[in-house]
Amino acid sequence: MFGFTAVAEFVHEFETAFDRVRKGQSKANTALIGVALDAKDHIHLLIENPDAPVDGGTEILVQLRAIVDGAAVGGHEETASEPVAAPAPAPAAFVAEPAKPADSGAKRWRLTFYLPSDALIYGTNPELLLKELAGIGPTVVLALTDRIPDLDIIDPEVSYLGWQVDIEVADDPTAAIDDVFLFLRDNMELTLAPLGGEAVVAVAEAPAPVMEIAVAAPSDDAMPEAPFVPEPVVAKAAPAKKAKAAEKAEAEKPAATSLRVPAERLDELMDRVGELVIAQARLSQIANSSSDTALKTIAEELERLSSGLRDTTMGIRMVPIGTIFSRFRRLVHDLSGELGKQIEFITTGEETELDKTVIERLADPLVHLIRNSVDHGLESAEKRIAAGKSPKGTVRLSAVYSGAEVAISVIDDGAGLNHERIRAKAEENGLITADAKLTEQELNHLIFAPGFSTAKEVTALSGRGVGMDVVKRTIDGLRGTIDVTTTPGKGSVFTLRLPLTLAIIDGMLIRVGDGRYTIPLAAVEECVELPVGLEASAKGRNFLDIRGSLVPYLRLREVFGLKGQGDEHEKVVIVSSGEGRVGLVVDQIIGNNQTVIKQLSKLHSGIKSFSGATILGDGTVALILDTAHLVASGQSYVERNLGRAA
Amino acid sequence: MSENQEFMTALTIRLEDELFAVEASRVREILDLVPITEVPSARAFVGGLINVRGRVVPLADLRVMFGMERPEPDEDTRIVVMEVDIDGEPTIAGILADKVHDVTDIEAASIEEAPKVGMRWRPEFVKGIGKRNGGFIIIPDMERIFETPGGRSASVAAPEERAAS
Repeated sequence: MFGFTAVAEFVHEFETAFDRVRKGQSKANTALIGVALDAKDHIHLLIENPDAPVDGGTEILVQLRAIVDGAAVGGHEETASEPVAAPAPAPAAFVAEPAKPADSGAKRWRLTFYLPSDALIYGTNPELLLKELAGIGPTVVLALTDRIPDLDIIDPEVSYLGWQVDIEVADDPTAAIDDVFLFLRDNMELTLAPLGGEAVVAVAEAPAPVMEIAVAAPSDDAMPEAPFVPEPVVAKAAPAKKAKAAEKAEAEKPAATSLRVPAERLDELMDRVGELVIAQARLSQIANSSSDTALKTIAEELERLSSGLRDTTMGIRMVPIGTIFSRFRRLVHDLSGELGKQIEFITTGEETELDKTVIERLADPLVHLIRNSVDHGLESAEKRIAAGKSPKGTVRLSAVYSGAEVAISVIDDGAGLNHERIRAKAEENGLITADAKLTEQELNHLIFAPGFSTAKEVTALSGRGVGMDVVKRTIDGLRGTIDVTTTPGKGSVFTLRLPLTLAIIDGMLIRVGDGRYTIPLAAVEECVELPVGLEASAKGRNFLDIRGSLVPYLRLREVFGLKGQGDEHEKVVIVSSGEGRVGLVVDQIIGNNQTVIKQLSKLHSGIKSFSGATILGDGTVALILDTAHLVASGQSYVERNLGRAA
Repeated sequence: MSENQEFMTALTIRLEDELFAVEASRVREILDLVPITEVPSARAFVGGLINVRGRVVPLADLRVMFGMERPEPDEDTRIVVMEVDIDGEPTIAGILADKVHDVTDIEAASIEEAPKVGMRWRPEFVKGIGKRNGGFIIIPDMERIFETPGGRSASVAAPEERAAS
C-alpha cells in the first residue's frame, strides 16, 4: 500500500480541495463531482500501474483548482511532510545478521523502537502494534520510559515511549516486522538484533507476560504450547502461521464479523446440502411407511435440521442487490454528461437479497436497461419542457420481494415506447408481417428480438441493435422473466422477475397420468377441485370462476400430449407468476417436497414447459414445471378467447 | 476413431439384431434398467430421464434414430452411461441397449466407411462399419446422432417422433 508516491501526491491535492468544501469555502457542484469522479478513475490507474507514468493527473488537478477558486495551494507542504516513502533502504540497516537456517529452532530477537513523535496524532495505536508483534512469535515487552520529559512540559499528543520487544521466532522476522510498521517505518527509530542465550533466561524469569500476550494474539489457539520448549516441528510451523496472521490482522480487525470465502466453496457446500436434502427425503419416505416410532422421530428431527441447514446455506449465498446498484449511479452520472441530459437517479430496495450467482449475472442486463432508459427513454431537456415535464428526467431502479421472486424495475419518466416506430421497424426487419395484429404486450416484446433497435441515430451508447435480446437471454438463463409496460408520454417500466435462488425450492408434487411433476410451491396460490361437468357447459372455453374472477385453466394432460382420461376427481392447482394466474388441471396432488433443482441437459432444455428436474425420495426423476411459461400460455389463451368473445 | 490408430477399443452392444460399437473410453458405467421418467413433448429419441447417482441424466434410444422397432425392455436390457458431445458440449447421457456384449478391439484397418446406398439406416448417423469374426459392427456417429435439431431446440419435434405413451 505504501510507496505509491504518485497516488499520494495526487490524492493530497484532492484532500485539500475537499477540505475547502467541508469548511464551506467552496461549494460542491456538478463540476466538482465530475472532476472528482475523473480523479477516482485516475487514482485507479495510478494504483494499477504504480511504476508507469500515467498522464492526465495534472489536468485533473488544474480543473480541480479552478473549481475550488484556484486557491487550493496548501497541499504541497503537507505532501512533503507525509511519510510517503520511496522503497525504503532501511531493511539493510537493521538486519544485523543473516538469518540462520530454521532448523536451529526458535531464536530470540530484540526489537527496540520509538514511534515517530506525531504517531499518536495520526491515530497510531501502539497497543495494536504490540499485538501484531505478538502475532509473529511469543514476545516479552518492556516499555522504555527514558525519553519521557517532566510532567510540566509533557505534550499529551506526543509519543515519548519506546518499547523493547523480545521475540521468539525461528526465521528472520525482518519482513514480518516491516509489515507491522508499514505505515511508520520511515520516520521511526527501530533496531532489531538477534539475542544470545541470556534471553532464554529472561523468558524463564518472566513467563507470565509471555503467556498473556500470546493469548491476546489474534486468532491464536495453537500458540500457548509452542513458546518455551524449542520443539522443532511446532516452532517451525508456528512462526509462518503467525507472520501470516500478522499480515492479515490489519485487514481483519475492523471487519471481524464478516468473512471472505471463495465462491466455489459455497457452491460446493450448496451441492452437499442438496445431496443431503435428497437423502433426507428418502429417509422420510421410508420412515413414513414404517411403524417404527423411533425411526419416525429421528426422521422428523433430521428433516427439521436439514431444512434449517438448507435455509442457512442459502442465506450465506444471499447478497444484497445494493452491491451492484451503487455502480449504476456512476453509470447514470457518466451518461448524463455524455448525452447532456439532466437525470435524477433514484434507487430503492438495495437491501433486497438475491443469490450471488443471480446478482453477478444481473449486472450486465441492468446496465443495458439503464442505458436504454436514459438514451432512448428520456427526452432531451427542451422536449421535456415542451411536453410540460420537468427538464430533469428521472430513472428509478427498484427491487422488491414478490413471493419467491424478486422484481427489479427500471422506471423512466420519458417518452415511452413508440409503438408505430417499433411496428415499422419490425416490419422492415421481417419480424412481423404488415397486417399482423398484435396486442400492445406483443408489440412491446418485439424490442427483445435479436437485431432490433428503433433508435433513429446510432449513438455511442445504444442503437446498434444489440442489447435487449442479450438482456432477455440472460434473464431467461436465470429462469427469470422480463416485461415492459409503457405509457406514451409518461415513460416505461421494465420489470425483471428473478427467482431468489437457483439451487433449491419447495415444491408441490403432483401426478398427471403416470408421471409425477413438481410445481414450485411459491408459485402455488391455491388448490381447488375441478367442478364436475364444467367441461360440457363451458363449450371448450376453459375458465374457472375463482371467487368472482375468471381464471383460465390448462389441462396438463393435453399440454403433455398424454392419452387417456384423467382421474374422476381432477384437481386444479392455481399458480401465479407476476400479474397472471392460471389453473393447472392435475390428476392428484401428492404433497410437498423440498426440491433440489437439476438443470436439464441441452437435449431437453428447449422444452418450455419444464424449468428443470429433481430427484424424488424413491430415487426417480421428476420434472419441475415452469410456471412462468405456463402462466404466459394461459394468458395468451385468455387473450385469444376474450378477443373472440368481444 | 482415427486412421493412425491400430485398434479401436469399443464396447459392443446389440440393438434389435445388429451389433453396434461405442468408444469404450467414453463409457462411464453400465446400469441395469432403472425407472425412466418420461419427458412429455420431448423427441422420442431422448424421451426419458434417469437418476444416475444423484445426477439427472437424459436417456437416449438409438433405435429411434435407426428406425428400429422398440420392444419392451427385457432382462437383457441395459443402460450404457457415457459421455457424448452435444453441439460440442460434453454431456453425460444414457443409451438404451437391448444387450451389452463385451469390450473388444476392432482393427482400424477393417473399418470401412458406411456405404451411401444399400443400407437400412441413414448413412449420416453411421461413422463406419467394422468387421469382427466375419460379422459386421456398426460404429454410430454419436456426435451427429446427439446433435440437437437446428443445433438449439428440441421442443419442436415432429409428431411422429413424439414419445408414444
